[in-house]
This record gives sequence, C-alpha cells and structure tokens, in this order.
Amino acid sequence: MLTENTMERLRILTESAKYDVSCSSSGTVRGGKKGMVGNTVGGVGICHSFADDGRCISLLKVMLTNSCMYDCAYCVNRRSNDIPRATLSVTELVDITMEFYRRNYIEGLFLSSGVVRNPDYTMERLVAIVRELRTRQRFNGYIHLKSIPGASPELLAEAGRYADRMSVNIEIPKEESLKLLAPEKDHQSVFQPMKRIQQGVIENREDRRHLRHAPRFVPAGQSTQMIVGATKETDRDILTMSSMLYAQPTMRRVYYSGYISVNTYDPRLPVLKQPPLVRENRLYQADWLLRFYHFKVEEIVDDQTPDLDLEIDPKLAWALRHPEVFPVDVNKADYEMLLRVPGLGVKSATLIVNARRYGNLSSFDLKKMGVVMKKAKYFITCHELASPLPGAMPGINELRPERLRALLVSPQERKMAEKEQQLSIDFGV
Amino acid sequence: MTFYTFDGTLDGLLTAVFDAFERHEAPEKLLAAGDMLPLFCEQVHEVVTDEAKAKRVWAGLEKRLSREALRMISVSWLSELPELANPLFGYVCKTFRQPAGVSIERNFADPDVLAVTNIARKVLHEQLRMKQFIRFQKANDGTYLAVVAPDHNVVPLVITHFADRFNDQPWLIYDAKRHYGYYHEGGGAPVRVTFEDESAVPFNLADGKLSDEALSADDHLMQELWRTYFKAICIRERMNPRKQLKDMPRRYWKFMTEKQ
Repeated sequence: MLTENTMERLRILTESAKYDVSCSSSGTVRGGKKGMVGNTVGGVGICHSFADDGRCISLLKVMLTNSCMYDCAYCVNRRSNDIPRATLSVTELVDITMEFYRRNYIEGLFLSSGVVRNPDYTMERLVAIVRELRTRQRFNGYIHLKSIPGASPELLAEAGRYADRMSVNIEIPKEESLKLLAPEKDHQSVFQPMKRIQQGVIENREDRRHLRHAPRFVPAGQSTQMIVGATKETDRDILTMSSMLYAQPTMRRVYYSGYISVNTYDPRLPVLKQPPLVRENRLYQADWLLRFYHFKVEEIVDDQTPDLDLEIDPKLAWALRHPEVFPVDVNKADYEMLLRVPGLGVKSATLIVNARRYGNLSSFDLKKMGVVMKKAKYFITCHELASPLPGAMPGINELRPERLRALLVSPQERKMAEKEQQLSIDFGV
Repeated sequence: MTFYTFDGTLDGLLTAVFDAFERHEAPEKLLAAGDMLPLFCEQVHEVVTDEAKAKRVWAGLEKRLSREALRMISVSWLSELPELANPLFGYVCKTFRQPAGVSIERNFADPDVLAVTNIARKVLHEQLRMKQFIRFQKANDGTYLAVVAPDHNVVPLVITHFADRFNDQPWLIYDAKRHYGYYHEGGGAPVRVTFEDESAVPFNLADGKLSDEALSADDHLMQELWRTYFKAICIRERMNPRKQLKDMPRRYWKFMTEKQ
C-alpha cells in the first residue's frame, strides 16, 4: 500500500536517478494483448512530459536504492557522500509503475540501483521487480533496466527476457581516467555485460528463426552514457569510443551527460559553475552525423581539431574545412551529398529528392517547402543561383570559408561558447 | 470570374469538384457558406451537397492516390481550418487532371499539395501531443477520465492507440471544446458519446478535474506522487524553461496533473 512515506522516498530516489540522461522509450513495437496492460509504439517513443530543465519525461526513472558500496568520484550516490538514503520495496515500485502507467503519466519503467552487498544480490532484486511486473501484473509497456556490472550471466539472461532495453554506463571514455576517479572499476567490468547482452540478442535472433514464438531478448538493444567535462578527454576520444560502440550490432544510443559538479569537495574533479551544455550539444550533433548523415569520426574530428568547434555545428565546421566539394546542385546531387549541406537535414533532403522528380527546383521552391536557407544558400546551386551573371548569390568559394564563418556565427552562439570556455579554464587536476 | 459556394463539409467540397468537372469550369475560389462574396463577382454557383457525387469523387481519388496520400487528406480535414478548403479543392482537381499513373501527391513544389500536406502534418503533430499529454484520473466506479481541448479535432485519431494500450480498463476521453468524447469498456471498439446536459457531469470542463465525490480514494495520493516525481526529476543546474515551453506548450497545461 502506498502512503505519504512512500512519497518522500520516491523523491530521494528520483533525485538520485536523475543524472542518468537516457529516457527514450524507442526501439520496440509491441501491440496490446488481451489480459495485459499496455503496448509500446516504437518510432521515437512518446515523451509524456517535460521537466523545468527541458528534458523529456518518458519513463519512471528511479532507483531501487541509492545506497552504494562503491565510491566513484563523479557520482552523487558514492558511499562517502552524506545524503539521505532510501529503498523502495518491490510492491511499492510495482504499484507506482502500474498506477502511473494507467493514468498515462509514463511509457514504462527505467530502473537502476546502487550496488548493495554484492552485484548479484542487487541484480537479483532488480530482476524480482521486472519479473513481478511482467508475470503477475501482466505489464506490457516499456522496461529499461540497468545491468549491474559483475552480476552473474544467469541473472542477466533472466533480466533480458523481461526488459526491452538494457544498459551499462561507460561514464568515462578512457580507462586511465576511470581508474583515477573510480579505482574500484575498470572498462572490462562494463564491456563484459555489454558483450553478454549482445550475445544474448544474437542467439535469440537465431532461435526466433526456428521458433517464431520464442520469447524476445532485449528487443530494443542497449544504450550507454558518457560523462562530458569531468575528465580531460577530448571530443575525439569520446566520439571515437561512440563510433566503436555503434559498430556493435545491438548498441542503439550513446548518451552524453554534461558533468554537473555534484561532489565539489573532491580534488580529482574540476569545479564547474555550470555544466558544459554547449559542448554536450555539439557532441549530440556529431553523434547525429555519425548515425544518420553517413559521416565518419575522422571527418568530424582529427589531429588538427581534436575538439569540436563550440561556436558552429560540426557539419558546418566540416563544410568550411572542405570548400572544394561545394557548391552542390540540389537538382542533381545524390541524397548523401544533400545531407552534407549545412542547413539541410534528413527531412529537407527527402523533400528535395521527392519534389525534383516533377521539375527543376528553384530557391523559391525550396523556401516554400520549408527548407531553411540561412546556411544552405552559401553551399548550393539551383536554377538561378547557378547563373554566372552579376548579382548572383556569392557561395562559399567566392566568399572564402573564414569570412563565411564570421557571417554564420550568431552573436548569441558566440557569447554562449565564450562563456563556457572561460568556465572551463580553471580546470582542476 | 466564377466562384463556388459550399456548405463547409467534406462531402460538399467533393461535390464541388464533381460540379467543376461536369460544368467544365475552373472556379477561382471556393467559398464556405456565410463567407462574404468578393467584389467583381460575375458568376456564383451554389454547390448542393450530394453524397452520391461525393462518393464518386472519393472513389476516383482512391484509384489515383496512394493510401498514404488519402490518409493525409482525411487527416487534414480534421484540422477544421477554414484555409484548408481552397488548397484541398485545388489538390483534388489537379489529381484528376493528371495523366493516369502520375500522381502529384509528392510534388511539394506545388502550393496546393504543400499546403494540404503541411496542414495534415500539423494535425498529426497534435495527435501525438494528445498521446503524450492526456492525463487520466480514476473515478470511484473504476472509469479513467481525461478531458482535452485540442486545437484540431484529433480525438478520433488517438482512440485506437488508447484502446490498444488500456484494453482492460474503462476510459472516457472527452473533448471539452467540441462537446463529445469516446468511451471504451473492455474489448470492443470505443463508442462516441455526448452528454445531453453538460452541466450535470461530475467533472469540471475548464480544468478537467473530477469532483471530490466522484474521485477514487487513492487518486489524490497518486496525483501528489506524480507531482513529487515531476519536481524531483528536474536538474536545477540545467533550468531551461524555453525548451520546456517549446515541447509542451502552455495551452495544454490546464488539463495536466503535474502543472495543475
């Protein structure tokens, strides 16, 4: 039975869970079934609300307990922190999930936990909750379960049958930095469960080829998270790690979490007045380029520019470094090339490819279709823009990249980037 | 210059298309009943809605357009926007003038196709918002109630989603702006309901709240738990009310538990 007392513990455990950025409910389509509660819609999932920090609320993101035996420097829940600790019982968590779900507050549950006693003990209790939800409550909505590093393969296998998505967080992209901040952990403890989950998914795929009704195993794949700005890694280190992870067949999302100074007293960590939000945003843009725009890491960051430009987005930065491929003719260029034009996204490129079958497109047509020309106009030619007559639009090659760059950075973007750079100067360590 | 007037229904618009072809005319503009006639109006034809004619036009569309395009047309009609009539009329006429096998449905450089598609997109966007922001309260008879007031008439688009998701619970989604709703109970398809006397219903149409007598015993606690969760999940160092407003416009807040 839920009471007022539950509320205080829910508050504590939510505050402890909120630094995990993943919240998506994507990746599985599962229709409702008679005698069961819920479905999953796939696509990009459904966000049910947006908190005051602008982040979406899709799942009930909560910890089973925030007591933890580890002492990782970047984590609020480290054992040396003096914060209120709480634990929810299995029935309480199951009740809250079902009641919230039935009122259309959430898409499902995102459950993680601090490690108590040992990894197996903790994992067992996590599995007990999802087992109860799936078998007794007949819950058919979305479940995202954190896997506890070091838990036994049997528990992982059982958890995978109930969960839609599982995740293990890398947190720090380089092992030596991780060793510094979390001496009790290493990369192996993260990669091993990842590999196990992947193996499970691949075996399950094989099984389902022979037995159509074999229960699915982690159908929505895995995700992971890296903290940005807590250690000295460059964007190149981070993105190289991401692209390595995306090469794995079950890795769906890598999240980036701008470091928030939660443990200000720890000398191993930088003191940031404000989380590095611009850098985090640029990393997500680069991540999108990797996943949807056919870019390679080496094209986004290289030896000369190991960090992303904070003032301009990574695609524009790439275009300014490669003026030789422009201008692109929107009436002839293939889809991949259109995607490389700054300002054109997947939506605009698709619109153009569809519409140009009916006739040549002019810049006026593009504008009408809703293509944002602010940046794109310097990189494309279409009918009239291609004309060699005086008065034609000057492109990137006439203007030179460095002058164009100055034109395209808005004062607001420049101010935000400057502010963030100043804040990161007093980096500790 | 020729103008057509019609009664503002979809059947009326399709009949107008039929008339235009029968009379070999290309009307300048389609006017809804009650619209003011423009100056210099030489010829006005009043379209008399005829279901049989409308059906023939729709059947013709089914032959010439893909299912996706037909769905976009039906969806765009739910927008209830007066500015839809003319682009849609143009879109349908052009479809019949095209040589067979060449559909204009993806020619987004055509202003009519683009306008209809954009309006349909707006409607689809709002139906997604309903799936996101509808909030149920549990009444003491076990029915879950949600009140909404969307800009476009999108409730018919979301009921299959909710019937699939909550197939074992009776629910009522009520559109306070259009004074009708859908009720679903166990198994069958949701049924359309209206109330003869809206003032007698046990919920407030302005904020969607069930009256205290009708609310189930633990619902207050659940709502309070949800509000607690909503406050706790926010990271204060990252406050971004502009993003919140962009993704969750204020006009939806009045029916949302966490913002009440």
